[in-house]
Amino acid sequence: MPATMTTTSALQSVLARQGHDGTRLMQILRETQEALGWLSPPVLTEIARDIGWPRARVESTAGFYSFFHTRPLGRYRVLWSDNITDRMLGNIDLMQAMCEKLWLEPGRVSEDGLVSVDTTSCTGMCDQGPALLVNYRAVTRMTPRRVEAMVDLIRAETPVAAWPAEWFAVEDNIRRKDILLGNALVPGEALAAALERGAAAMLDEIKRSGLRGRGGAGFGTGLKWEACRDAMGEAHYVICNADEGEPGTFKDRVLLTRYADLVFEGMTIAGHVVGAKKGLLYLRGEYRYLLEPLESVLAARRAAGLLGGNILGQPFDFDIEVHLGAGAYICGEESALIESLEGKPGRPRIRPPFPVTHGYLGQPTTVNNVETLAAACLVAKHGGEWYSKVGTTKSAGSKILSVSGDVERPGIYEYPFGVTVQQVLNDAGIEGCTQAVQVSGPSGVTLGQNELERRIAFEDIPTAGALMVFDCTRDMFEVARNFAHFFAHESCGFCTPCRVGTTVVARLMDKLATGHGSPYDIDEMFKMHRLMQGASHCGLGNSACNPMFDTLNKFRPAYERRLKSLDYEPAFDLDAALSQARQMTGRDDAAAHLANVEES
Amino acid sequence: MTDNTLPTCLIDGEEVPFTPGQTLIQAATAAGKYIPHLCWHPDFAAHGSCKICTVKADGRFGAACTIEARAGMTVENRTTELDDKRRTLLQLLFVEGNHFCPSCEKSGNCLLQATAYEVGMMSPHFDHFYPDRPVDASHPDVLLDFNRCIMCELCVRASRDVDGKNIFALSGRGIKSHLIVNSESGRIKDTDFSAGDRAAEVCPVGVILKKRVGFAVPIGGRKYDVSPVSAQVGAQAPTREEA
Ligand SMILES: Cc1cc2nc3c(=O)[nH]c(=O)nc-3n(C[C@H](O)[C@H](O)[C@H](O)COP(=O)(O)O)c2cc1C
Ligand code: SF4
Ligand code: SF4
Repeated sequence: MPATMTTTSALQSVLARQGHDGTRLMQILRETQEALGWLSPPVLTEIARDIGWPRARVESTAGFYSFFHTRPLGRYRVLWSDNITDRMLGNIDLMQAMCEKLWLEPGRVSEDGLVSVDTTSCTGMCDQGPALLVNYRAVTRMTPRRVEAMVDLIRAETPVAAWPAEWFAVEDNIRRKDILLGNALVPGEALAAALERGAAAMLDEIKRSGLRGRGGAGFGTGLKWEACRDAMGEAHYVICNADEGEPGTFKDRVLLTRYADLVFEGMTIAGHVVGAKKGLLYLRGEYRYLLEPLESVLAARRAAGLLGGNILGQPFDFDIEVHLGAGAYICGEESALIESLEGKPGRPRIRPPFPVTHGYLGQPTTVNNVETLAAACLVAKHGGEWYSKVGTTKSAGSKILSVSGDVERPGIYEYPFGVTVQQVLNDAGIEGCTQAVQVSGPSGVTLGQNELERRIAFEDIPTAGALMVFDCTRDMFEVARNFAHFFAHESCGFCTPCRVGTTVVARLMDKLATGHGSPYDIDEMFKMHRLMQGASHCGLGNSACNPMFDTLNKFRPAYERRLKSLDYEPAFDLDAALSQARQMTGRDDAAAHLANVEES
Repeated sequence: MTDNTLPTCLIDGEEVPFTPGQTLIQAATAAGKYIPHLCWHPDFAAHGSCKICTVKADGRFGAACTIEARAGMTVENRTTELDDKRRTLLQLLFVEGNHFCPSCEKSGNCLLQATAYEVGMMSPHFDHFYPDRPVDASHPDVLLDFNRCIMCELCVRASRDVDGKNIFALSGRGIKSHLIVNSESGRIKDTDFSAGDRAAEVCPVGVILKKRVGFAVPIGGRKYDVSPVSAQVGAQAPTREEA
């Protein structure tokens, strides 16, 4: 099937816009798909030819990301966010209702090629779920009525652009402000202070501030910038990690919506310190709707002399570009993110070397979380000493938490480090009893009732920002099972323990869920935990069994309720397998069932 | 054999000399010591994906193919704990694909099978996944049986780095990862792959097989039938002629 005229011209304009540059393959594929609906084999061939890459490498990238499709998936593609918080708000029933109205099975495309409905990993709308994406546009607060109306619009083939605007409204839900969210900085103020200090002095202030990375690992930002600055290279790069894929986390979304200037300003300050001319912000595909607003902030900053050449009249050039991801949690891992920025599948690199010496295009690169970069502005303005006095000795400054689940006021809460989990719960409002709190998402920790006095801090409970609350009616086994499936879906597949192990674990959880589990399977889960924790290539595989490990240790009855017997139980149910034979022979007497045969 | 001028590390209690910059598996191999592995090959850059070469270096788990040897480093290799992990990893690889050794032309020359024998894997242990992976028999000289692919990317590296052809790549994500070839049809006959390519020799398992030379050496007389993999350190994967 030769590419048609319209296909060719649409494709050519994308390729021209992206400069026929293979390292921009992610953007090429996304824009092509936005124009053509899907990435057909001849289109991939044409892209490969144009950028001068082997076709297999282009297909390798196209096949890796959930939001790229190499087969048609309908003119309307509906993806229901499937985080546990969406489940608690009833997403599965709503999706089922939608499928029934459309005469569709989840995961299938309708016969007429009109629509497909499926689930996707957390879309970062946990405080306003159940959420979904329609043609990769975020929709919040789904209700049975919205489902009905949406089905009608799809049937009438109304363009998504003409759908009710309020469906696409995303609330910020900022509930508590502290030094960062309550800042009174105007655009350029922190940057001017940084330029006035000079790069070396600014680095000293960052070190003095004790600022540590907000992306999860908590690495000292000053040390990271210094290592990048000191590394030899043709060019240095600043990357802002806005992949925010950890289920239950949505604070970077709010920072990028309401404080974009602060984030870009932090990147610019980082650029000045490490000696970079270029910054890249890697935005998760789920936040596609933020692309145009972010680009207009960038344009305004250029117009104001805060980006581009001779920034603020100084001999300092720096500019920023936003790149979109395409549905892959692993791209939050910094080396996988860099691979993705280079147009490749997001598979974590072998480390060392680390990005600070060999990062984007092999050059010295500092990768920092959105919140880290925003916080750097406070340090530039007020100094390291000032910043270090907020929080605890080991955890300077404040932390933004994304609170969701069983609370009265889900949303964004900023506290100085050291706040207790109980304090957060009190502020967010809880009715009845809290059974568990998941801090830092599935790869973090599950806290039980007796641990709520613990503190949010690197020295106690470190967190990338998610805090999901489960009241006493929730089934903690189902929480862990949801997380197990998340990891199985998001494993990049590079290394054996995680690629196969996450699926083995998800299947074990399903086996327990259907009542076929035994204590043997629980031992198996611990065995997989021990294997994956040590042998995996990156943090995803290393922490993928955390939810099972924590819930098994703290909420054992939730598992034991489901055990069929105390002995070994095969996953294969022989009696159930005979049901077809029973149906065909019209028999359902006692002797036609295996268990009964054995007993008699 | 210890060269006094070289620094040494300690692998399972034995001193192993190394030249600075060498990885643990390179140093061990040069010293004739076996560290189980699948995706590592002395002729190619380390890949670090199979994790069979996982060792404990100074108390920390890591892949021996990516850890640089350091003077005085203490490395655990063939311990019960590590071989247990290796056995589980091998079992995961066996159930992930479709491996029917008795009917496989690679049997006896297969590094996966030999490594499984080496660490005493007696059963696949986990439930089989039975993936659907069609065979590609379109090429006149080579057969691709994807059922046995362990995603080691040796063929990817060989074709890219030695043959300069980029015939193979991995696509998909997670458990859906799979090998693809460089053609729009997705078939190997539509690429410029040739049986003389290095990539045609390098597969450690039975995916890439040359046609019309099957079972030239009978089962029982093949590379790993004759002696275990641990006794053949440094030997290259067998070429068709040797086998
Ligand atoms: C599986 C995985 C996912 C991650 N996702 C994110 C993410 O979404 N955002 C983020 O900032 N860091 C994420 N990280 C951490 C990054 O690798 C990196 O440490 C961080 O971006 C560094 O920024 P910081 O020093 O400001 O924290 C992830 C790590 C792993 C292993
Ligand atoms: S641990 Fe998982 S996500 Fe990380 S490299 Fe291995 S397969 Fe990929
Ligand atoms: S075909 Fe063979 S060499 Fe290539 S990735 Fe699969 S197992 Fe490895």
